Amino acid sequence: MATGIRDKVAILGMGCSKFGERWDASPEDLMVESYVEAMDDAGIEPNQLDAAWFSHHIDDIGAGKGGTPMSIALRLPNIAVTRVENYCASGSEAFRGAVYAVAAGAADIAIAVGMEKLKDTGFGGLSPTNYGTLTPQIGPSGSAPGNFAQLATAYRAKHNVSAEDLKRAIAHVSVKSHANGAKNPKAHLQKVVTEEQVLNAPMIAEPLGLFDCCGVSDGAAAAIVTTPEIARSLGKDNLISVKALQLSVSNGLENQHNSWDGSYFHTVRIAAKKAYAEAGITKPREQVSMMEVHDCFSVTELVTMEDLFISEEGAAVKDVMDGFYDADGKIPCQIDGGLKCFGHPIGASGLRMLYEMYLQLQGKAGPRQLANPSIGLTHNLGGQPANNVCSIAIIGAHDA
Amino acid sequence: MSDVGISSIAGYLPRLRLSKKSVSQANAWLAPNLVGKGKGTRAMANWDEDSVTMSVEAIRRILGTNDDRSHVDSLFFASTTMPFSDRLNSGIIRAALTLEEQTECIDIASTLKSGTSALIQALDKVKSGNSKYSIVSAADKRKARAASPQELDFGDASVALSVDTDNLIAKYINSSSLSIDFIDHFRQPGEEFDYNWEERWIRDEGFLKIVPKAINDLFDKTDIDGSEIDHFIIPSVFPRVDQMIAKKCGIDPDKVVGNMALTVGNTGSAHSLLMLASVLERAKPGEKILVCSFGNGSDAILFETTDNIKNFKPHQTIENLIETGVEENNYLKYLTFNDLVKWEKGMRGEQDRKTALTTLYRHNDAIMGLVGGKCSKTGTIQYPASPISVSPNSPELNTQQPYKFAERKAKILSWSADYLSFSINPPNHYGVVDFEGGGRIMIDFTDIEKGEIDSGMEVKMVFRVKIVDDIRGFTRYFWKAIPV
Repeated sequence: MATGIRDKVAILGMGCSKFGERWDASPEDLMVESYVEAMDDAGIEPNQLDAAWFSHHIDDIGAGKGGTPMSIALRLPNIAVTRVENYCASGSEAFRGAVYAVAAGAADIAIAVGMEKLKDTGFGGLSPTNYGTLTPQIGPSGSAPGNFAQLATAYRAKHNVSAEDLKRAIAHVSVKSHANGAKNPKAHLQKVVTEEQVLNAPMIAEPLGLFDCCGVSDGAAAAIVTTPEIARSLGKDNLISVKALQLSVSNGLENQHNSWDGSYFHTVRIAAKKAYAEAGITKPREQVSMMEVHDCFSVTELVTMEDLFISEEGAAVKDVMDGFYDADGKIPCQIDGGLKCFGHPIGASGLRMLYEMYLQLQGKAGPRQLANPSIGLTHNLGGQPANNVCSIAIIGAHDA
Repeated sequence: MSDVGISSIAGYLPRLRLSKKSVSQANAWLAPNLVGKGKGTRAMANWDEDSVTMSVEAIRRILGTNDDRSHVDSLFFASTTMPFSDRLNSGIIRAALTLEEQTECIDIASTLKSGTSALIQALDKVKSGNSKYSIVSAADKRKARAASPQELDFGDASVALSVDTDNLIAKYINSSSLSIDFIDHFRQPGEEFDYNWEERWIRDEGFLKIVPKAINDLFDKTDIDGSEIDHFIIPSVFPRVDQMIAKKCGIDPDKVVGNMALTVGNTGSAHSLLMLASVLERAKPGEKILVCSFGNGSDAILFETTDNIKNFKPHQTIENLIETGVEENNYLKYLTFNDLVKWEKGMRGEQDRKTALTTLYRHNDAIMGLVGGKCSKTGTIQYPASPISVSPNSPELNTQQPYKFAERKAKILSWSADYLSFSINPPNHYGVVDFEGGGRIMIDFTDIEKGEIDSGMEVKMVFRVKIVDDIRGFTRYFWKAIPV
């Protein structure tokens, strides 16, 4: 029986670049920005790194394939660099690789860097992804917002929620995230928006308007991990350790079997249950202090509140409207502004979520700082509702 | 020798009917001579329809929803607008309809009388015993230059009929055929548009001389005369030419069948047979129908309706098809659908749409025929089939039996109307549909307007163009959902 990852690995340092339309920055610049901050935070030299993981999704407009783009950009000492890609959950995948290497004893110190350079396409939104040779012949000719928007139509039908009520609730999700992002100098979008603005924005994919969609930006984030013992030997105290790392991947059921109703994420529920068990959490609504979830679209965040077992099924609209997830609510969600304000440089996002949880747990989040958080959860989703990968990480004070 | 003839017939018209007034008014500054033609409508194919997809739709209407189509042993497809010059177009139709591989598929092209020529071939084939049950389908989606008379005259449509020895609604009497290199218009491969000669010459030297000659040849063979004809079919875009031919051949001008010029337009290769469909849906037993066509010669075919005609109930009458069309007043939409304007497709429209032909062949039944799988152990139905069944907690290996989805109804589970992704007819509608009896597909919707869709709505499947690969000149087909 696996004993799980709980408290076996500590975070030694983290870094995060400024996210945004980084017309000035190359993929290498972005990687270096997050790497230098993480190395300074860890207080180590490059030759102390044993292994590296590099997450990056779209190789044709980013840094290219393989491990070399990271090794060259950071001039790593010829250590192992593994490029990982798991749709939009790639950042969490890099973190998982580094954490598992340390837990296995294969590496004393490992680094994960996630980077995406999206703004070299020449147009807004994500560039179309290659799904092989069969899927384009039988799949709809859609986009990410169109795929996620279907959550809304299915959720409305299942829970008998009016189009207006759901639209208002998802608008609140975005208003809340913008309010948080306005306090974050590293966020791409740092302006507050009103509910009226969100409701009246141009339609992207029914019922998702412009403000229901996350930004598209460039960015990078990095994490350096080691064992709690080594961290202490390096002079660190008040350690933040990994409590759970879970990944659940669709096996085609949602897309092909009539048992899934389209209104929720099958994988999120599985990953959440496993993550809570691994972290020893029995009452998530009481025990989780804060969350960074994959709010690629406002409706994704809303249904995720139920899939993480924080809101009761069918009750997310009420919780959202009650302010349960606002900065001053019971469980603040997207306290850094989320994908909504950071944008979603795909390979970086999972690590960016962890960066905010790490800052908050250390009391280093500046004007966004929450009072005494002890458990932070990140939820990083890749793919689309009918076919996805869901990565959940829980981190917290090591000695808690 | 048993009788040969037609056992069933059905037409198909695209949903939209372009208002001719919208065309003539928009072009009045440029072509004031065409303002007078700005009356009524013409059938207008969606951007994702072509002669092949329209034929598939017409043939489905005579074959019905039965999975077993093994009785179809030959298929003739007639068109002057076949999507491929070298790829068996009737073979595409066969694959979409999941007909047997042994079904003999034949393309008949290059003239507007190809529809009637195909019918004569099928009648001969069944009569000779070389085929027991033959399908004939004719379709055209002809392009015309903006501000041309053809733009107002043409219509997009298809028709299909079954040639059989049993259950005949119309018995074949005889036919005649003339092949004459009279060039009223022409179009070489690679050319988008016809080049047309003077109308008065076409009328006087063409229609009024060649068609009567074919009719008189037929009358000589069959020993009947014009007075015996109950329904006379000859498509022509020239006013009253049909009446003039009737008069020349001793046919009562009242027996001339309406040519749908003000509702459907002239549908090219399909038109004689589409008019025949409109006759058979209202004909009485024992009536003689003379079906003629004109195009580098002329065909004339004589039928006589049987007692079975009393019980003939077409899938949808031509009259009803005409009535249920949706008028389109946006001439620019027509021009855009037909690639007649240079419009901004955006960078998303630049995506390479190369089709892996190996993959297409490996999954031919799944892609072309919408055939999925049914697990022989659990009964789980899925699309597409896979080596291991999708049945939850029961991953059976190699248990998939072919399961056809195309004729099954489905309901919308989830949907969106997407303005972001590239579409020739935005917003791009798509979503997950659940089939009656099991199985689901996330699929494009078509023939749908904004606000017409919701979860729980019933849909049916149609075979359509998925994308056109402009770089390589390849049309990729797949199935889409439309409201029932």
